[in-house]
Amino acid sequence: MNKTRTPLFHVSKRGALPWYRTWAIRGTALLLALVLCGIITSIVTGQDPLAVYAAIWSGSFGTKRKIWVLLQNISMLLCVSLAVTPAFRMRCWNLGGEGQALIGALTSAACMILLAGKLPNWAVILCMIVSSLLAGALWAGIPAFFKARWNTNETLFTLMMNYVATQLVAYYCVVWESPKGSGQIGIINPNTQIGWFPQIGSQKYLLNILIVAVVCVLMYVYLNYSKHGYEIAVVGESERTARYVGIKVDRVIIRTMLLSGAVCGLAGLLLVGGTNHTLTPTIIDGRGFTAVMVSWLAKFNPIWMILTSFLLVFLGRGAGEIATKFGLNQSFGDILTGVILFCIIGSEFFINYQIKLTRRGKEQ
Amino acid sequence: MFDFITFLPRAVVQGIPLLLGSTGETITEKSGNLNLGIPGIMYVGAISGVIGSFFYEASFASPKDIDPLLGILIPVACCLLGSLLMGLLYCFLTVTLRANQNVTGLALTTFGVGFGNFFGGSLIKLSGSELPSIILSATSNAFRRSLPIADKLGWFGKIFLSYGFLAYLAVIIALTVAWILNHTRVGLHLRAVGEGPNTADAAGIDVGRYKYTATCIGSMIAGLGGLYYVMDYASGVWTNNAFGDRGWLAIALVIFTVWRPNIGVLASFLFGGLYILHMYIPSGMNLAVKELYKMLPYVVTIIVLIITSMRNKRENQPPASLGLAYFREER
Repeated sequence: MNKTRTPLFHVSKRGALPWYRTWAIRGTALLLALVLCGIITSIVTGQDPLAVYAAIWSGSFGTKRKIWVLLQNISMLLCVSLAVTPAFRMRCWNLGGEGQALIGALTSAACMILLAGKLPNWAVILCMIVSSLLAGALWAGIPAFFKARWNTNETLFTLMMNYVATQLVAYYCVVWESPKGSGQIGIINPNTQIGWFPQIGSQKYLLNILIVAVVCVLMYVYLNYSKHGYEIAVVGESERTARYVGIKVDRVIIRTMLLSGAVCGLAGLLLVGGTNHTLTPTIIDGRGFTAVMVSWLAKFNPIWMILTSFLLVFLGRGAGEIATKFGLNQSFGDILTGVILFCIIGSEFFINYQIKLTRRGKEQ
Repeated sequence: MFDFITFLPRAVVQGIPLLLGSTGETITEKSGNLNLGIPGIMYVGAISGVIGSFFYEASFASPKDIDPLLGILIPVACCLLGSLLMGLLYCFLTVTLRANQNVTGLALTTFGVGFGNFFGGSLIKLSGSELPSIILSATSNAFRRSLPIADKLGWFGKIFLSYGFLAYLAVIIALTVAWILNHTRVGLHLRAVGEGPNTADAAGIDVGRYKYTATCIGSMIAGLGGLYYVMDYASGVWTNNAFGDRGWLAIALVIFTVWRPNIGVLASFLFGGLYILHMYIPSGMNLAVKELYKMLPYVVTIIVLIITSMRNKRENQPPASLGLAYFREER
């Protein structure tokens, strides 16, 4: 008898699948996730699962206002996701999207507060744009510099930078508090509307959405059709190859991270200048972390990211609606989002690998 | 005058959850898994313990009748089970299905924090209390019981003997883990798996099993950190989101201690001290400065991260395969 233990099945890497099959696998995972969510919600609330799905749908598409909020949330999430993507393509894990966007938000709020009345409105807005992009770039540039120079672990560094940014914002929230003693900034320049971005028509969110759409296309072109994009891809695939063909890896890392941070800063700017007109330490709302998942699910492709960010925002809002409608706590949404993410994350395995039964597996 | 005798014990109780969290994360990272789900796991550990003791207390007419031993064992068992399940989920996704560790970890944190706050909120509703919190003082008293002689020994007792049993357990766990990592064969194998899974596999070490075991044990230890926070530090009061960002601080602590749980014992007290320093610094009317003090633990971590990478000493580096999934056929 052969004593060696043969496994039941053999796992091997798959070649590239055609796109429709990969999306079929992801679709199946999503469907499974939705069924799971329905079951969980039915157990918790005792409601008919169909009512649960109806609630998810109406959470995003129920009213005209909800559709606009949905679009706004998608565009903001997409903006941060686009920002972190160039770094990810280079296999540089920028988990600092949260902090970089927050710093962008902080500097644009600073311009609105400190420059109001001293400069004309257009100049204030210009200052906001320039300073928030620079601040975001700086916040990503610091870890990038150390990564390029001394190979400091960027995952952990950028993660820590998030909290430094949060506390910095918390500090300024107290410094600039209004009214005094509230510990909050409140709406900035509510009467003069200095530093508020112009509205297109009566739609508060349209400008932001358009800007992000443009950024999305630009990012797609930059990553796929420019020399920089090519260099990023080469560095990501193999640093040694990059060095061999004469790409200055340090420079590419720093340049890409600066870009990444600047686009994050833009997200902060759009949030403060475009819609919220205020600053809180939680203004980014965890998007810096969700963006990691959005970008990864779309395989770092800016166009697919529209779909994945829609998916996450749609489900998040749907879960929120379930929570309100059935009198559950808002955190229920996080649980559902988690379940959905686990399913999709798991499904990637079936895209990248194939399972073959070995002879022993077949006999049984 | 800076009051060390009240400050130190408070820094220690702040530090214990961080110590447990970082010890757990260190074991996990030594196996090459960068588990960013630790904040979520600590939440789940805490709420599982709370759920266990809530129903245990509710089964008595008056919570004071509970048996102290069972009152401790039930929450601890629930907490270990809850965090074990989270660890298994993480392992299944990253080791068996080879998913990206950063993404899985962040999803786990989202899920865990949501799980904690959701069930916390539901229990608050169930208990029908006016306050937005669950109060488990009877269980907490069992957890907080310290040596009876502690009060009689003045400052010495206050600084060294005034803690509940979990605090001492945390220190023992950290020291044991440090010893296992550096002085036993299991520890050697575990480090080998984290540094070079290919080599370890070739040497006949079951990489998958080591990764699973290390991550699950690590999760359970981290979960205990959450439990300590609720039962001991917060006197058995669960409030949603009260745990805050301590989970991330625990991950910071892993870097700060350069992956050594024995350094973690003192470092966690230092972090605990830095975390509450803002309450002890006389800042007068300027509340804003306190927010800047809260930045300190993170800034210190960044500095340590930079210095260790600059000095580039081999024994102070992160495990070489940290964050990478292992697939035997990939070369």
